[in-house]
This record gives sequence, structure tokens and C-alpha cells, in this order.
Amino acid sequence: MSARPSRTDFRVDLGFRLGTGALAVLVCLIIVGIGLVLARQSWLSIVKFGFGFWRGTTWDPVSGEFGALPFIWGTLYSSFLALLLATPVALGIAIFLSELSPRALKQPLIFLTELLAAVPSIVYGLWGIFVLIPFVRRIQIATPAMLKKLPLFSGPPLGVGMLAAGLVLAVMVVPFIASVAREILKAVPVNQREAAYALGATRWEAIRMVMYYARTGIIGAVMLGLGRALGETMAVTMVIGNNPQVSWSLFAPQHTMAAVIANEFTEAANDLSLDALVEIGLVLFTITVVINGLSRLLIWSVSERAPARRAVRKPAPALAA
Amino acid sequence: MALQVTARDTRRKVLSRLVEVACGAAVVIALIPLGLVLWFVLKRGLPALTWAFFTGMPQPVGEPGGGMANAMVGTLILIAIAGSIAVPLGIACAVYLTEYPKSRLSWAARFAADNINGVPSIVVGIFAYVVVVLPFRRFSALAGGFALGVMMLPIVIRTTEELLALVPSSLREGALALGATRGRAAWTVIVPAALPGIVTGVLVALARVAGETAPLLFTSFNNRYWSTALTQPIASLTVQIFTYAIAPYEDWHRQAWAGAAVLIGAVLLFSILARTVTRRLERMHRP
Amino acid sequence: MTHQEVSMSSDASGAEPEIRIRTEVKAGTAPANAPVVITIENVRVAYGDNQVVHDVSMGIPGRQVTAFIGPSGCGKTTLLRCLNRMNDLIDSARITGTIRVDGQDIYAPGTDIIALRRKVGMVFQKSNPFPKSIYDNVVYGLRLAGVRDRARLDEACERSLQAAALWDEVKDRLSDSALGLSGGQQQRVCIARAIAVEPEIILMDEPCSALDPIATLKIEELFYELKERYTIVIVTHNLQQAARVSDKTAFFWLGRLVEFRPTAEMFTNPAQKLTEDYITGRFG
Repeated sequence: MSARPSRTDFRVDLGFRLGTGALAVLVCLIIVGIGLVLARQSWLSIVKFGFGFWRGTTWDPVSGEFGALPFIWGTLYSSFLALLLATPVALGIAIFLSELSPRALKQPLIFLTELLAAVPSIVYGLWGIFVLIPFVRRIQIATPAMLKKLPLFSGPPLGVGMLAAGLVLAVMVVPFIASVAREILKAVPVNQREAAYALGATRWEAIRMVMYYARTGIIGAVMLGLGRALGETMAVTMVIGNNPQVSWSLFAPQHTMAAVIANEFTEAANDLSLDALVEIGLVLFTITVVINGLSRLLIWSVSERAPARRAVRKPAPALAA
Repeated sequence: MALQVTARDTRRKVLSRLVEVACGAAVVIALIPLGLVLWFVLKRGLPALTWAFFTGMPQPVGEPGGGMANAMVGTLILIAIAGSIAVPLGIACAVYLTEYPKSRLSWAARFAADNINGVPSIVVGIFAYVVVVLPFRRFSALAGGFALGVMMLPIVIRTTEELLALVPSSLREGALALGATRGRAAWTVIVPAALPGIVTGVLVALARVAGETAPLLFTSFNNRYWSTALTQPIASLTVQIFTYAIAPYEDWHRQAWAGAAVLIGAVLLFSILARTVTRRLERMHRP
Repeated sequence: MTHQEVSMSSDASGAEPEIRIRTEVKAGTAPANAPVVITIENVRVAYGDNQVVHDVSMGIPGRQVTAFIGPSGCGKTTLLRCLNRMNDLIDSARITGTIRVDGQDIYAPGTDIIALRRKVGMVFQKSNPFPKSIYDNVVYGLRLAGVRDRARLDEACERSLQAAALWDEVKDRLSDSALGLSGGQQQRVCIARAIAVEPEIILMDEPCSALDPIATLKIEELFYELKERYTIVIVTHNLQQAARVSDKTAFFWLGRLVEFRPTAEMFTNPAQKLTEDYITGRFG
């Protein structure tokens, strides 16, 4: 038996490395390709409108006027509203599951949170239309007249609108943030908690120290949730009203970037319309890539510090639809 | 003693208790929508799950009855296409990542896969539109399958890589010590060892992409008729549910709920099936 | 108090080892009949089905260093962690028997655990400073207790770091992160942190096992001053260390207390064969 690998073995090994490596390269090319394809296909719109695209508020495919500000507004408003509602709940779940839960409850609860993430977006949208919207309408009607004078609550009680969208998004984003945050908290070394307790800390104070330790990772988890919310399409478009207006009111029907693409893509009558929609897609792509990249860095920094056996990872993804 | 027990300490303990309760409440709050969604899907969807629903075709606008047979088959075809793209590519890529985990290409590929994962599905739809629909000038099942495949790829890569990493390196070393090349070792020893998990991962990933709607809207589009042709537009459960949900017809709404029930049922079934498959295969492989 | 240096040798024939003691009298003397501050009565500890501590009874004297020694898994750390109820953190831990600190049963229902842990501090095997500045670490316990007065915190910080023999090394960089210090310095920050809340008793769980010999020596030197003010219970694997620093030593084996005597007697004239075998390195 020869000790040195033979020439053929070496070539086979090289072939193996190149072969599988080529696929790794392919993966890298795909993400770059998406960006390039989007950029190329939105060229007409970029060239024609330049940065004014993002300042204009009139979106009229018929007359050829494309101002995309309402979509950015709607996307940001709905996403931040969703984060506002979802983050405390998600962190509460993460803390409960990693620090407080009795052992018997842990597995079933984890399963249920995963179930929350597994429900397809279209089903949330369906439920949104037929259950959530009537409910929101009732809330709108019940809002005291004094509050209705505020711009935040103004407008007719249509049901569809920013509030419904924020609620649905919050529900969808909670399990995402919760599962990443939970893994991050698990990665904090046990002796940090012990040190706090030994100095007379209460449960909450010890948890606070753990969260302080993991703070960058938690921010990363929340940012992941943001990325998810920004790209969500179906559930949002089914409850937000699809009206491209910029409004502070929670009750006003508005629009988002993903929703307008979903609604108008197949009806784009000419190249300019199509390119305008693709340009919106390009910006959506860029924003989510940046946010996902940042959040990954933040999460990595925690898992590098903590002596965890495996790096903290993002949840088996529920895909944005 | 300089530090006496004070009223402040009582406040601290009360606060701690309150936080514990609040966290528990958070869990309950999160589960309420889940319960509500499942409840309504069952309540409105189950009654509409008739035999006709499973075997019938969509009726013309306004006419009651009909079913989603073509849509269900369409979804199966789409995820088959997606799987045939994502599974071989994903596993092969994951093998590379496991065998050469520290190389710069590995870091880049992992980063890229993570990003693909984060791309909004509607944007993946645009990508597939430009790459598959435009050149052939028509919507097609292939385009839809391609979009779903792109979305499925990072999931397959990630789960496979994790599972391959769990295979003890002693197996690899044993194979190499017997004279196997790296590639041989990987394909004949390591991947088979992780197979149960990989199968699970693939099944779960298939279930996930089966629930996608947005990337199909302008790739596989939709089809009111029975069609299994890969180069034609094809119906899918998700797009059909969407079309029915936003239409003004009561009967279509009922069918939309039924479709949702099938979808959720399938997702659940796949997940449970996948876990049982894993456990059974693991038991077989255990000495 | 006496500083004892114990060295042992045994010749190749395996005959009775010769034990030589060099003693150096340092200021003060450990009182022979010190009052007992911790009473341990018939304590049993199990983790689930695994009985770790079997029926231990002993009294730990105040203002002295008591060492717990014994081979791995003999229950000494478990017992130590009962003294400030750290085992409460472990779901499966079951503790029976009575432990009294200053006469009070610490496992009685209604015990104020926060007050207990202020009175009984702990230093862990691997130093675990918080990812904050040295200053914030040391005054953490005080801040928890509601002390806001900057002057008071500053004073406590200096006092504690002095007692931990770290003040001179870090006084100019108190706002630097504690994680930037060496292992030995981090452990002394943890000691300072424990001292800052003015405990009466300090528990140390193998505090030097992760440190190099020089850092270990520095910490051992602390004990001589610390025990003038605090009762110290130290778990250690290092027999020489136990012999160097402690006044009384308890030898545990498989969860049982085998012998508990003044250190000098224990090491020169162990009453039990088991103790002698362990001390002379025949096992463990």
C-alpha cells in the first residue's frame, strides 16, 4: 500500500474541489446576478427619473408619471410599526424560553413559535382580509372622536390601512426575532448569570445583565425582523388598501414597495412602467441586502465572543412572500 | 452591616416578578393570532373541502362550485422543479462548505446564501421574470419553479451544511485512511451518514416554498385550465387562493379558505412526516 | 496566625512519608475556638437521581479560612454552592437538611435570598467579570442595592480594589473594560466585586485553578488580610494550596465528610487512612 496519494487520486480530489467549489461560486454569482439583473432591467426608469423618482408622490402609470415616495413611506411606516409592536413581544418570548420557562413547557412552546413562522404569508393575508379587517374597522369606529381629530387616527373607518398592515406584519415577524434572540441569549455564558445572582441580583436584574452582554446580537435579531418586514408582500397587500398616498394616519389605506410590484407588474403596459417597478424592486433588494448583512455581522460578533460550539444562526427561514 | 435590606429590595423583587409575568404574557399574546388563524382556517375551510374541491377545476366567473385540482397539481409540479434545482446544487455546495470550511470562497458562499435568503420573494420573482420569462416571452411553470428553486437553495445549503458538520470527523478520517479520495469519502460516507437529516431538511424546505405566492405572480402566473406543461403558465394553490380572496364572490372566498386549509395541512403534514422519517432512518442507522 | 509551609516526600520504598513543616509566625493568631458562623446539619444534595452529598454535618468557624478538599466529584463544590443557595439555579437540585448562617436557617421558606447573597459572597472558578468597565464591575452589587451616591461608590471601589490588591494596578484605568485584564487581574476584580457589598462570608470555588502560579500566589497572599475581616471557605484541588492558606480543612470523599480538622493536624497526622492516602497522593 503506497503512502503517497497517486496522481489520479490527486486529480480526482482536485476535480472534486473544483466541482463542488464551482457550485459555491454559483451561489455567489446568483446574489450578484440578482442585483445586476435588477439594475439592468430598471435602466429606463433610472435614466429618465433619476433621484426625482424617490421624491415624487404621484404614481400614475397611465400618464407615465412615476413618483415612488408613497411606497417608501408605506414600507418604512408599516415595518417600523410592526417592529414597535413585535419587538417587546418577541424579546419577552425569547427571555421566557431561555431563562424562565419550566423544562416541560419549553419544547411545546418552541414548536408553537416555529408553527407561527411556518404559516404561509397568503394564509395570514386571507385571515387578514376576512377577520382582521372587520376587527380593525370596529376599533376605528369605536375610537373616541377626540382622538380622531389627531392626524394619527384621522380618516374614515375603512378597516384596510396602515394599522391592519402593521398588525399582520408584527404577527409574522415575532417568531423570527424570537427564535434568533433566544439562540443569542443561550450563547451567553452561564457564569455571567451566576455572577449576577451571587451578588444579590433578582431574576430580572440577572436577565438584564445577560441582555447587556448580548446587546449587539439582540439588535441584530431585531434588524433581521426589520428585513423580513420590509420585504413582506402578500399579507400586506391584502390588508393595506393599496393606495399610494403619504399619510400619518394609522387608518389610511397606503401602499408599500413590495405590494405595488405585486399588484401592477403583470399590468405594466410599457417598458417604462415595467422598469419603474423593477427599480422599486432594486431598491428593496439593496435595502434588504444591507440590513441582512449588518444584522449578520452583529449576530456573529456575539457568537464569536461566547464560547458556543456552533455559531448562532438565523432561523430556518420563513420566507418573505 | 452597611447594606441593610431596604424597601427598595422589595420593589426590586416585585419588579422582577412583574417582568416574569410580562414575559409569560408575551408568549400568550403571540400565540393568540396563531390560534385565531388556525381556528378560522378550520372553521371556514373544512366545510368547503368537498370531493369536488379536490377534483374539480375552477368554474367560470360567477358560477358556483368547482375546485382547485389543477392548482394543487400545479403546486406539486412547481416544487418538484424547485427541488430538482435546489437539492443537487445545494447539497453539492454544502459539501464544499463542509470540506473546506475556512476557505475564502466558503465565507463568500455562506454570506451569499444568507443574502439570497433575505431577498424579498417578490424580488426573486422579478429576477426569474427577467431571466426566464422575458427570453421566452411567456409565463411558464419553469419560471415559477426557477424562482422557488432560488428561494429554496439557501435553506438546503444551510441545513445540509449543519448536518454534514455533525457527522463525526472520525468517519471522514477512516475513509481517507482506507485510501478513499476526498470526493469519494464525501459522497460515499459522509453524505449518507447525514442523509436522514438532509431528507428532513429538503422536505421541510419543499413545504415552505409550497406556501410562497409572490414569486409566482408573474412567473408561473396562473392557469384556469388543467395544465401540466412546463412551458405554459400553471395554476398554483397559493396564487389561486390569492385570486379568489380578493375577488367579490362569496363562493370563491369559501374555496380560498379551503385552499388555505389544504396548504396549512400540507405544511404541517410535511413537517411531521419529515420528523418521523428522520427518526426512523436514524433508528435504522444506529448500530 | 501562622503561615505554614508543608512539604512532603516519600522515598521509593513507599514507606511512611516524611512530612516537614516550616512555620513562620505572621501577625495575629487564628483563635483556637472561633465561633461557628455556618452550621451544616445533615445536609444531603441530589441532582435528580444522582446523590452527590451524603449527610454532611459540620460547623465552619468565623474569620478563618476553611478549605474543602477531595477528589473530583466528591461533592465539595456542590456543598459550597448550597451555602449561598446558588444551587437554586439548577432545576434538578434537591437539598435536605439544615444550613444556618449566623443562626438563621437559609432554606427556611421566606428567606430573603438577596440579603443572604449579600452576606455570603462568591468567587467562581473561572473569572466572570461583566462586559463593563472595572469600576462598573466592582460597584455592580452596590448599584443593585440602590447606592447612587458617587462618592460612596468611589470609596467602595477603592476600598475593595485595595483589599483585592489590585488598586495600584488599575487605579488609572477604572473605566477600561474589565475584559481587557489578564486572567489573574480579572479574578481579583471578581474578588473586589464580591467584597464591595461588604459580605461576612466569602465562598471561593477553586479561584486559582485557571490561573498561572504567579497570579495564584498573589491571590493566596490576599487570604491573610481577607480573613481578618471575612470568613472564607475555599474549595481547592490543590493540596499544597490548602495547606498553605487554610486554618481548617475538610476532606470529602464521594459526597461524605471524612475528616474536618485544623489544617496543621490534618496534614501531619490525619486520623483516617483515607485522608492520609489522598494527601500523600495515593489516589485522587
